[in-house]
Amino acid sequence: MNSLYYQKRLSRNIGDKFFTSLSVICALIAILPLIFLVTYILYKGGSQITPELFTLEPNPPGDDLDAGGINPALIGTLIITSIASIIAIPVGVGGGIYLAEYSKGGAFSRFIRFGVNVLAGVPSIIAGVFIYALIVSTKILFGSMYSGLAGGMALSILMLPTVIKTTDEGLKLVPNELRYASLGVGASMYTTILKVTLPSAFRSIATGVVLGIARAAGETAPLIFTALFSYYYITGFGDLFYEMGSLAVLIYNFALEPYDAQNKLAWAASFILVLSILSVNIFSRILAAFTEKTKKV
Amino acid sequence: MEEKLTLFKNRKRFGIEKNIDIIFKNTALVLSSFVAIILLGIILVVFFQSFESFSRYGLKFLVTSEWNPVKDEYGAFTAIYGTLVTSFLSLLITIPLGVGTAIFITEDFVPKIFREIIGSFVELLAAIPSVVLGLWAIFVMEPFFRAFFVFLHNFFGWIPLFSTEPTGRNSLLAILILVVMLLPIVTSIARDSLNQVPKKLRNAAYGIGASRWKTIFSVILPAALSGIMAGVLLALGRAMGETMAVTMIIGNSNAFSWSLLSPGYTISSMLANQFGEADGSQVSSLFYAAFVLMILSLVVNIFAQWLVKKFSLKY
Repeated sequence: MNSLYYQKRLSRNIGDKFFTSLSVICALIAILPLIFLVTYILYKGGSQITPELFTLEPNPPGDDLDAGGINPALIGTLIITSIASIIAIPVGVGGGIYLAEYSKGGAFSRFIRFGVNVLAGVPSIIAGVFIYALIVSTKILFGSMYSGLAGGMALSILMLPTVIKTTDEGLKLVPNELRYASLGVGASMYTTILKVTLPSAFRSIATGVVLGIARAAGETAPLIFTALFSYYYITGFGDLFYEMGSLAVLIYNFALEPYDAQNKLAWAASFILVLSILSVNIFSRILAAFTEKTKKV
Repeated sequence: MEEKLTLFKNRKRFGIEKNIDIIFKNTALVLSSFVAIILLGIILVVFFQSFESFSRYGLKFLVTSEWNPVKDEYGAFTAIYGTLVTSFLSLLITIPLGVGTAIFITEDFVPKIFREIIGSFVELLAAIPSVVLGLWAIFVMEPFFRAFFVFLHNFFGWIPLFSTEPTGRNSLLAILILVVMLLPIVTSIARDSLNQVPKKLRNAAYGIGASRWKTIFSVILPAALSGIMAGVLLALGRAMGETMAVTMIIGNSNAFSWSLLSPGYTISSMLANQFGEADGSQVSSLFYAAFVLMILSLVVNIFAQWLVKKFSLKY
């Protein structure tokens, strides 16, 4: 009779309790850094935010009490990330279309999918090293060495695998009936892709691409010896061919400065970077959850 | 009726439409092959740039730790050792934490909504740029752990790993910040593979009287093992290549030391530090180090992919 009741002292029940609390502790340790990190950045960085931050140039490190602003770095991040997107999105979406719509699982497509995974695993600094060897040291871009353009190219290498993967997977989720219907009424393959399959996979592809862009915006390693850094305002198109600052490199450079003013600027830049990346992430997550719900109905 | 059928017979695609179709297909084909071109380009460029250093120092480069631009002597042992030690030790800490968290998320200890929130929290951790983590490590983590490191040195100083007096930035801090970076990767992949284990297996185990954790250890974890292993290898590759946070906190010293409490070096932090202002044979030696790093991460990545292919879809 007794064996029908839950017995606390049974070794299996004690063991279960022990492991359950162990996994709770693991989960706590895993989320505590995030809560701590995000609150600290928001608190420390948020308190440095002033209107001048967005309009001024950063002052070169020194004993000045005022560090200036991060305008060039902010604009630089926008420009470099845009260059990376302009290169990576067409190439990635095109490649993804080939893999999902045209390839028939042969050796070539298997090799490309393998290559995409390998490229995704290449350390980000290697992308910087590659662009340095290919573009910066050869001065192939009209004689300019370190440039925003080179930085954008290095970032595009990191974005490319993400874009191809999300396009490939997004298109594979489109039901085949849609393709048959389109081809059945006489549409050609490219009309089917551009007018039917791509639009119906648009939201999932866009989500993946936006997440890829957000990720690229925070990358530093590929930029430190391709785009380098600049203290000066970006004034015109020609500045693309010169050193260009970015938020990520600004954080790296100014975090290692011994001066308090520069460190504060690094915190402010982190605040802006983290806030924008996290909001993009949360927004796209909500959007994805919303799409899933509407699809089920 | 007859008339209509003949109409259909005459209906053909225009030449232009056909050509557009072919052009579109071939463009997509070319764009997809860009991946292979870039990958091959990276390998070839880094290899040929490192050729000078490779032919001069050969494999001796991998086992000596002299790095002296003045005397033109280069050996990357300290950096290679640092890369391996930081990545493996951080993984050693991350695996139990990450898998434990993944089990917490996939079991029903707390209501689903909490588990989902925790899951997405951990994934958001992956979105934080590593340079920001480095900044945080310098100004928050280092002061926080300083007393602990002194304690570690005082009581366990007889172990070579803790044999140096802790002074600011060191390898152990790099390992800890790597744990923060790897945790989301291991957790989310482990969670996905645990979720993919069929419900039937769990019900069968419960049905013959296994307790919850007996089920987890003997049925669910073994079934999800290949996926978890692949995630671990992916994290290992990431740890080896991770640059910014590690560069900012590891202390960047080429003096070799067994101690984790002394400043160290990794290949990527060496690249980040020296590439900008290197010239002559130093550049070639840095490319050689980059080549070593690339080969390490390629091997890990390819092994991970092979593992997934080999062991997935067992049932």
